[in-house]
Amino acid sequence: MKKEDVPQDPSALSGVTRDVCYVKDKDGKYTTDLSTGWEVKKQALDNAWDDIKERVALAAEQVRKGEISPVYYFMELKLMDIGLLSSYTGFWKMTIRRHFKPAVFNSLSNEKLAVYAKAFDISPDELKHFKG
Amino acid sequence: MEFMTEPLMFGMGSGIFYIHIPFMLVNGGPAISYRSMPGLIFSRTCKALGVKVNRKKFGSEKEAVDYLNKQIEMGNPVGCQVGVYNLPYFPAEYRFHFNAHNIVVFGKENGEYLVSDPVMETVTRLTEADMLKVRFAKGALEPKGQVYYPEQVQAVSREQIQRAIVKGIKKTAFEMLYIPGPIAGVSGINYTARQIRKWRDKLGPRKAALYVGQIVRMQEEIGTGGGGFRFLYAAFLEQANGYIANDELLRISDEFTKAGDMWRASAINMGRIFKGRLNEQKDFEESANMLDEIAAVEKKAYQDLRKLKLL
Repeated sequence: MKKEDVPQDPSALSGVTRDVCYVKDKDGKYTTDLSTGWEVKKQALDNAWDDIKERVALAAEQVRKGEISPVYYFMELKLMDIGLLSSYTGFWKMTIRRHFKPAVFNSLSNEKLAVYAKAFDISPDELKHFKG
Repeated sequence: MEFMTEPLMFGMGSGIFYIHIPFMLVNGGPAISYRSMPGLIFSRTCKALGVKVNRKKFGSEKEAVDYLNKQIEMGNPVGCQVGVYNLPYFPAEYRFHFNAHNIVVFGKENGEYLVSDPVMETVTRLTEADMLKVRFAKGALEPKGQVYYPEQVQAVSREQIQRAIVKGIKKTAFEMLYIPGPIAGVSGINYTARQIRKWRDKLGPRKAALYVGQIVRMQEEIGTGGGGFRFLYAAFLEQANGYIANDELLRISDEFTKAGDMWRASAINMGRIFKGRLNEQKDFEESANMLDEIAAVEKKAYQDLRKLKLL
């Protein structure tokens, strides 16, 4: 890539940082330059986030309909999967899957709710009373 | 160690790589990497230069905190492996559960750690609570509080630098050409191409587009220098020529610049898919063909590196 071709598009980096690019200067020597972003990359990231937001919205709707518990919703919201949630909570994946059931979730002890709340970085009340 | 630059560090540590791990998903997309693990790059380079690295992981959080604080009190800057999800200063949209990020902690002021993060332009700070969270992030490649620092740094001779350069180049050429199996090295690029051809039928146009987007995100991830680290490697070969004059190094450096440009062109082409402008099987085929072309250019470059007589 040549120095004059470094993209300077608006992106998620705006106001936070810039991206180092290794580029050729006009003498054909390598140097570095800073990029504010690249449209192609921004679009890829935006797409990924659109997908996440859709999944989170779907989870909220399922909670609202009483089909699934808030544990599932917050797992999606915090970009986790069952494996990761299992590492953070110490609960087995199978146990977590059970806790996705609203009836089982409603009977969870405060201790278990607190473990989930800590993993999600929210208060136990927020978890318990999430209605979707 | 004043001579050290990012490209030299990267090249001596055989940083450039390619792997597509099948059956594993990262953030719901394909698991692809364009480089070796950063901890490995650092270790290899230090070893090649005769620098001893002290590395420590911790079972207990308290031990990890005490150890870090002690090193900082003694005035030793230390490398820390962290997860980026809970890094408050990180650009919000980049905060995924990714644990192979490395920062340098070099001081403490008003109860906050002073941090040099390669992704950031200036010095940043982390509270004790946030530092603990990121050092004990969970998931793939858990940091487990890992810290590392060079134990004793002696003067490095020009000859040592030359040897480290050659060692790095030879290892890279070997890995990219001869790692068995279809998923790593140059053949890994062809593997990704074959997968791309299947995605649309297997996953449907929407998900296939997300997968292609993930390739671009990994390839142009912040800190790669662009083109999946290929430009950074080209810069390394150019700098290597400053230590071991050889026109072939410059010529092959140009080949990596070309490969980097091709990766960028491939990203633009894939962009047409995930922007939804083109999403037919032939568009996926076209992207896959571009990857096969890149693989061919890189293969030749690694073969040339392997043949190179430098010392």
